[in-house]
Amino acid sequence: MNDLVQNALLNVNIAAILPSLILVCFGMGLLLINVFLPRGTTRHAVWISLIGLAVTGFFVYTGWGNPQYGFNDAVAMDNFAAFFSITFLVCAALTILMSDDYLRREGYPVSEYYPLILFATAGAMWMASGTDMMTIFLGLEVMSISLYVLAGFFRGQVKSNEAGLKYFLLGAFSTGFLLYGMALIYGVSGSTRLTEIGVYLKTHASLLDNPMTLAGLVLLSTGFLFKIAAAPFHMWAPDVYEGAPTPITAFMSAGPKAAAFAAFLRVMEYCFFTLKPEWTAMLWVLAVLTMVVGNVIAIRQTNIKRMLAYSSIAHAGYVLVGMVAANEIGYSGILFYMLAYTFMNIGAFAVLVLAGKKGEDNLTLEGLSGFGFKKPFLGVAMTIFLFSLMGLPPTAGFAGKFYIFAGAIKAGYIWLAVIGVLNSAISLYYYLRVMVYMYFRDPEEDYAWVAMPGAVVVTIIIAIAGVFYLGIMPGEVMELAKQAVF
Amino acid sequence: MTAASLPQFPWLTLLVMLPLAGALLCLLHGNRTVESRWLALATSLAVFGVSLYLFFCHGDGGSGWLRYEDVSWIERYGIRYVLAMDGIALLMVLLTAFLQLAAILLAWRVEEKASYFFALLLLLESGLMGIFLAYDLILFYLFWEIALIPMFFLIAVWGGENRRRAALKFFLYTLAGSLCMLVAMITLYQIHGDQSGTYSFVIGDLLQTKLSSTQEVWLFAGFMAAFIVKSPLVPFHTWLTDALTEAPAAGSLDLTGLLIKTGIYGMIRLAFPLFPNASRDFLPILAVLALFGLFHAAWCAYNEDDIKRLLAYSSISHLGLVVLGLAAWQLTAWEGSILLMVTHGLTTGALFVLVALIRERTGTRSLQELGGLWGQAPYLSAMFLLFSLASLGLPGLANFAGEILVLLGVFQVHPVWAVIAFAGVVFAAAYMLRLVQGTIWGPAKVKRTLPDLTAREWLILLPMAILVVWLGLYPAPFIAPLHGTVAPLLLGGMP
Repeated sequence: MNDLVQNALLNVNIAAILPSLILVCFGMGLLLINVFLPRGTTRHAVWISLIGLAVTGFFVYTGWGNPQYGFNDAVAMDNFAAFFSITFLVCAALTILMSDDYLRREGYPVSEYYPLILFATAGAMWMASGTDMMTIFLGLEVMSISLYVLAGFFRGQVKSNEAGLKYFLLGAFSTGFLLYGMALIYGVSGSTRLTEIGVYLKTHASLLDNPMTLAGLVLLSTGFLFKIAAAPFHMWAPDVYEGAPTPITAFMSAGPKAAAFAAFLRVMEYCFFTLKPEWTAMLWVLAVLTMVVGNVIAIRQTNIKRMLAYSSIAHAGYVLVGMVAANEIGYSGILFYMLAYTFMNIGAFAVLVLAGKKGEDNLTLEGLSGFGFKKPFLGVAMTIFLFSLMGLPPTAGFAGKFYIFAGAIKAGYIWLAVIGVLNSAISLYYYLRVMVYMYFRDPEEDYAWVAMPGAVVVTIIIAIAGVFYLGIMPGEVMELAKQAVF
Repeated sequence: MTAASLPQFPWLTLLVMLPLAGALLCLLHGNRTVESRWLALATSLAVFGVSLYLFFCHGDGGSGWLRYEDVSWIERYGIRYVLAMDGIALLMVLLTAFLQLAAILLAWRVEEKASYFFALLLLLESGLMGIFLAYDLILFYLFWEIALIPMFFLIAVWGGENRRRAALKFFLYTLAGSLCMLVAMITLYQIHGDQSGTYSFVIGDLLQTKLSSTQEVWLFAGFMAAFIVKSPLVPFHTWLTDALTEAPAAGSLDLTGLLIKTGIYGMIRLAFPLFPNASRDFLPILAVLALFGLFHAAWCAYNEDDIKRLLAYSSISHLGLVVLGLAAWQLTAWEGSILLMVTHGLTTGALFVLVALIRERTGTRSLQELGGLWGQAPYLSAMFLLFSLASLGLPGLANFAGEILVLLGVFQVHPVWAVIAFAGVVFAAAYMLRLVQGTIWGPAKVKRTLPDLTAREWLILLPMAILVVWLGLYPAPFIAPLHGTVAPLLLGGMP
């Protein structure tokens, strides 16, 4: 007993959790400050959150190439975690930038919104840096609970309530699966530490086809695949994405999804590398299913947020292709893709934030009629994001898809790559349809278009810059992604 | 493929970037129609100037290239920014710059969202230049898609009644094809990298790849999917007739004169040299598709009432002849094919201009309602007659030189193909004469007074007419750059 405590005490390494610790401190400080300020003042919260994210980002950046392990190997702030953390931070920062004016317009200028985003981001960072089942679970819960609240943030709106409740119920259910899987794996291997599980399974080859191991693997995967919104665990996504406040939809579709991928990737690679043929075969099927389901159903959607939800499912499918490839270029492709996806998807949602009227009833294809020429800047921006989502060069989406499919081809999955590319072809149809409505239909009524607040415009400009930087000069970021994978 | 690495002035980059810069400037001019108009004209003039300079001052880029520019881009994956120009590319660049000038003059009177229109035209020019010059697969693919996007918008925003349908069809057809090409590109890159240890997308490096015959056939099929749809050979041609019919005048001109040529250019530059064995096996099938297209399109043209659609079919028919020339795999036929690509761009391009002018004046494109234009607008009709005759291959005018070279070349290798193709050329005369008869001759069905050609329209048509006559009488200067280029391509392709 004495030994155990001593071990843990000796192993405390604040550096391993410093960035997320700072972020949480900022979040809690913000909560305290809010108590002393009158309701409805939110400007300070935006600034403080942004500063918090920037400081966190600085510490993540300085830790690059200098991995920190701590707490008896429960946390590892390595390049992998750092790369993903940057993705989360970018995602959170862009979300916060576009939120303030949106919340005001919708009549919810509530500053608790911002600490929740910070907590969700910190949870995501723990998921990416967790090397112990418990750390990953802890991160997942912190992230998810913040998101449940955020999804249902507009408590006066039925849709938002529905989104929050649905997400909570299904999310809790999937967490159950995850935890069950963890328990089974713990039962098999006697450890919750990822590397130890991996070593144990390797040295005890007879355990590999033990039903308990396989059940554990499947249940764990189910939990993660739910968070990723991969088919057939995607049912929650469209309703939640449609009902949640638009910036939160943007946030959910990029950051937490990336976090789930990070944890999934690490668990698979650390614990189950001995079962690689089995889980790649499983993911092969799921990747194809996810891509097809996402793309085909997206075609029928008329609500843009819902359409982007299905497109986000499809994109999860592309990223799963990188996991199936399970080689260096595929994995680093995933890291790259999630960053690229953050820019293009958040950009698209930022345009929607400005395109929507109060209550957002007009975020349908019809509602966007003539939008492109009425608001040329937003039209061009949306066009760029849509082209990036389609995966056309010279945008980030193309570079990301290129790496992922190159990984699949290198690993010999040519048919998977072909299916992926064919799916991109399907996706053209519904992305193009948005453009068709934006540019080729005349607006039905001449209603007053919403103003263009500076912060949202800045968000969009940053996202455009990111899309083009990653699209034209993907080399440097890809180099970093290479250093980040195992 | 290392070029003489003397720091040369990057003329080729200028060709690509100048229109791009012009496009951005036009976009920034928002609602100022007049400024953007002149800006576009100035840009395309400058590009034309550069391409003329390149035509008259042949450089030497080393190893058979006229010019070669090579800059490292995404080092890690062997993706480089390589632009290279040989004789074929030179001709295509010249044609692009020339027709683009005509297109911008033709679009002079566009008032609706004009600055966007000109920006898209210039973006298209940039993409086309890139396609003709890129010597790296990823760079090629980049420009291939860049050329697609502006055309989509040109059709969809400024097009005719069924514009949305036509634009979507155009986009989906061509993009589905080019995605197949993308998979083949990455696979080829992977195979080459695994073999040689150096991963590279530069075409010159990939030429050395050793492929098993199954691999070669599949990869070749991937590339050809993109090129056959774009060229378009007959079963995949329906997007073109729709797109050409619905596109605005300047768009039709670019589409028929340049964009569909990129498919054939892709075959010459990529598919044939990269997969010599597979392409040689494929030649008979290609010839059958080409001949079938030649007749099918000619037949459709003969029965068509809408003169714009008629010309669209005639384009497909002519391209059948071009592809037949390639399928013969013979020096004369290839030179003829390439020349025919250029002259077809001029003649059919000019006819599309004239159709737009007729439509502007009479408000109709139907053969049943037209007729007797000669009495109403003699100069316009004379031009129409000249280009129609050139298009059907009258000796002394542009298309004749190309057609006769193709037929001669094909005859030496496959006499039967040539004989069948001859019959097709006769067919061309039939529908072209019907077109001429229905529009400019005969009694005028509606009494109208039509304005004849304006100064701006003379400015578009006269240079084209001069070139058409010149190319018909003395095509040698335009064939000269091909001499050094085509022969090695044929040899490199032949095992």
